Amino acid sequence: MSAVAKTDAPKASAPRTSAPKTNVPKSVVRRRRLRAIPVYVILWLVGVFMVTPLLYALVSGFKSTDQLSSNTFGLPDPWVTSNYTSLLGSGAFWRAVGSSTVIALATAVLTVGAAALAAYALARFAFRGRELLFTLFTMGLMFPFAVAILPLFILLRSFGLLDNPWGVILPQAAFGLPLTIVILRGFFREIPGELEEAATIDGCSSFGFFWRILLPLARPALGTVSVLAIVGSWNNFLLPLLVFSEPTWWTIPVGIQQFQGQYASDVARIFAYLTLAMAPALAFYAVAERQLIGGITLGATKG
Amino acid sequence: MTHPTSTSTASTSAYAPGLGKSPGAAPESPVPATRPSAPHRLRAWLSAFVFTVPALVLFGLLVLVPMGYAFYISFFNWGGFGTPTDSVGFDNYTRLFDDPVFLGDLWRGFLLIAFSIVLQLPFALAMAVLLNQKLRGRAVYRMLFFAPYILSEVITGVLFSMIFAPDEGLADKVLDAVGLAGLGGDWFAGQDTVLPTLFLVMTWKYFGFHMMLYLAGLQGIPAELHEAARIDGASAWQRFRHITLPLLAPTLRISVFLAVIGAIQLFDLVWVITAGGPDHASETMVISLFQYGFKRYQMGYASAISVAMFLISLVFALAYQRFVLRRDTEGAITTMRGNR
Repeated sequence: MSAVAKTDAPKASAPRTSAPKTNVPKSVVRRRRLRAIPVYVILWLVGVFMVTPLLYALVSGFKSTDQLSSNTFGLPDPWVTSNYTSLLGSGAFWRAVGSSTVIALATAVLTVGAAALAAYALARFAFRGRELLFTLFTMGLMFPFAVAILPLFILLRSFGLLDNPWGVILPQAAFGLPLTIVILRGFFREIPGELEEAATIDGCSSFGFFWRILLPLARPALGTVSVLAIVGSWNNFLLPLLVFSEPTWWTIPVGIQQFQGQYASDVARIFAYLTLAMAPALAFYAVAERQLIGGITLGATKG
Repeated sequence: MTHPTSTSTASTSAYAPGLGKSPGAAPESPVPATRPSAPHRLRAWLSAFVFTVPALVLFGLLVLVPMGYAFYISFFNWGGFGTPTDSVGFDNYTRLFDDPVFLGDLWRGFLLIAFSIVLQLPFALAMAVLLNQKLRGRAVYRMLFFAPYILSEVITGVLFSMIFAPDEGLADKVLDAVGLAGLGGDWFAGQDTVLPTLFLVMTWKYFGFHMMLYLAGLQGIPAELHEAARIDGASAWQRFRHITLPLLAPTLRISVFLAVIGAIQLFDLVWVITAGGPDHASETMVISLFQYGFKRYQMGYASAISVAMFLISLVFALAYQRFVLRRDTEGAITTMRGNR
């Protein structure tokens, strides 16, 4: 409403007849503005509720733990930067960022690669048992990760994959397959069959069609599912917690939990760690907001 | 979970793999009605097989086999090392029904689901309706409300465990400052306060996600309907009740489904904040599973919990699909979306 109000306000003095059809009398505009006030108040209150924990973590990271209890609400006095600098200068934090990144990217490549091939077969080939196979994969959407965690752990242990990044990457990719296949199959089906006929007449093999035509056309969908895989892996906790007993490959979530245990009394330092750990996710969100929201809501409704 | 548009393209693409390998067959068999010859079918089957192998191997080995194995070891008394030999029949399952912790898990799961449906989802819907209007800064609010969803549960958990730390945390300091110190105090540390506090954190983290789902659904409702109703003199509440709510129903059903499944699988957040305590007051099924399996090495019983969890999710998902989601496949919203 406010946009309408702004543009129309100066025109209201002009004769009514010359005003555009959408023009609203000044009194109505004012009433609408007044009526919008409670809405803004509500949104503002909810906004404060949402943002306070995040800002509190950021600011508290600049305090000493003593300051934190004596001066909870105010700005730091003096600003203590050692919490942040000591973390940024430590190998442990960067190692966690590195492992999280490597594991997330590998998971995304593996999930999307395997799922795209399968989705291609499930979308564009006619063979007996296709729907059965597809149902099998979609059933996977209903398996909570946690259900399989015990036997998965035993399996990984007997394969010697504990304390090995593949022990996290492979299961994450496997559990990411159902959703990725469902989304990609839906997308591959919408690509017209004529395109495929034309390609095969020109001598394109079925893999050639997949690689040179289908995948480039499906770039937006591939982006969506990659984002889903990356976010899922980045935030995963249960599996890396079980697989990595040595700190070498600890991901950020595991690192935070261990850090909290280690520095339990140094609250300000934990706040600094949290802020730094949030930063990559929030930065990613700021850059890829649309894809992220689109991907997550699409993933949820397809599933 | 199934696709509304599943059968339409299948017939046209059926021939493509056969065409690819033998261009000579192209002119004579473009009609989908005739059946492909046996070698063609074999070849199509073979290439489809080759394409699905990586996914099948991954999925079979790391999803299906563990599931089956969980089922198998749930019939044993097993510490997790060596091969399970001490078969106990259904003992692990009968034990479930006598275990106050597991029964409590079910009750707490039910409470969290009820909280979500009665408070969190209506709140998310209200925010979605507010942010669906033209308002100054609505993009900022949307972005802000959704932001916690992308943070990991562990970050959220650690953050709030410090905010709700008794006496020293931000929450108690705020209540102290406004003279309501009596209200705070226990938070995650109290038997009766832990679940409501946890629910508050869950709302902070998850409501923005449901709001985004609703916003996407609201975009699908044609503005003409609201205009027509307004001209006919319908109040804002009437328009919400008789236009928005019915047309948003498919989205609402999906969001309820996701809230229930999410509550069944809840682990990370609770593990980081309370590990299920105090005295099991915030324990969930996955926490019990984790405790029995990895802390007490009762793999058989823990597997029985995971099988029970799987059955609960499966029965719920199938029943929900059968009775609640089914009508949506032909629903007004989906067809409308397809036509645009």
